[in-house]
Amino acid sequence: MRYIEPHAHMVSRTTDDYMSMVVAGCKAVCEPAFWAGFDRSSVNGFYDYFCQLTDYEPTRAAKFKLPHFSWLCINPKEAEDLVLAREVIAMIPDFMDRENVLGIGEIGLNKNSRNELTILEEHVNLAAEYNQLILVHTPHLEDKLKGTKLIVDLIKNDSRINPAKVLIDHVEEHTVKYVMDAGMWGGLTLYPESKCTSPRAIDILENYGADRLWMNSACDWGISVPLAVPYAAQEMRRRGYDDETLDQVFFKNPVSFLSQCPNFTVSG
Amino acid sequence: MEGDTLDFLPLIPMIKPKEKQNSVELYFMEARSKLIDIASFMDRIERDGLTDDFRYQAFLDALKELDTDKRAESVLLALSDLTEEPILVATTKAAAGAWPDKPR
Repeated sequence: MRYIEPHAHMVSRTTDDYMSMVVAGCKAVCEPAFWAGFDRSSVNGFYDYFCQLTDYEPTRAAKFKLPHFSWLCINPKEAEDLVLAREVIAMIPDFMDRENVLGIGEIGLNKNSRNELTILEEHVNLAAEYNQLILVHTPHLEDKLKGTKLIVDLIKNDSRINPAKVLIDHVEEHTVKYVMDAGMWGGLTLYPESKCTSPRAIDILENYGADRLWMNSACDWGISVPLAVPYAAQEMRRRGYDDETLDQVFFKNPVSFLSQCPNFTVSG
Repeated sequence: MEGDTLDFLPLIPMIKPKEKQNSVELYFMEARSKLIDIASFMDRIERDGLTDDFRYQAFLDALKELDTDKRAESVLLALSDLTEEPILVATTKAAAGAWPDKPR
């Protein structure tokens, strides 16, 4: 099979993971900017990180013949410091002309605080000004429902944003309908415990339709599985799905969304 | 957002397997294993005298949702912060898995 990994934090992964993904059929990997597991001490830390996402990491992936794309932002976990967050946002346009940049992400909320919401709004404004795709992280666990509603409302209220160019990630059974109703795309993240398992993700596809949903591993430095996407495909096979449907879900769907950015190109 | 009662219009195309498999055959043993793990977890929490923990209380509340129609969605809602206003400031980055301020 062929598939796209639409959300993976490859800076946290090993070259063995690249090898495994390519052998499993991965045709492109997309890497949103995220929290490093610790707070960066200055805007210079983000400058280095953005260089890593737009230069070093695509070079590393290219050694495995895997196209690498990236999204830029300051993660909501670091949004309480408004001064730092605004310094980072001001720097993002300097990187937008890098050839592997897909848009602004993964922005969003973490604990649903006022400052997080302020920085989310400023990221959305940046995306509108530069006509960029948007990738949104929704909060974890008990904070997800409230955060998803706040995020969807904020974006819907900005008339400059085309909802078809927005993907709201980490949806689950209690949040997917808000995203679908808003005309946005949804991401199903395959985690062993804290997000969706493969059977649940497939249930959501069966209940809500497959044309604006994708699956991703969101593999990073925490408990996560870089091959979660092809494993989910195998679970769909077990349920009796054919290769044509798998190709639609795991390749054509993400290509359809990502191709709205002219930088995204992929060969089958 | 209109709240929790949005009528969802299914997207097209809905997907269905070409050769539908028996879900009980596929998933019973896995679900059985998880059910026993839950029972064992509850025994352990009682044995350790930790039943007052807000997470365990939320867990017990969520179990009641197994009697509803949309079980997965209802369990997730039972474990969620149901308020709508942003908090003043984030004092932690972590989530607990259950809403600490849930009225009891």
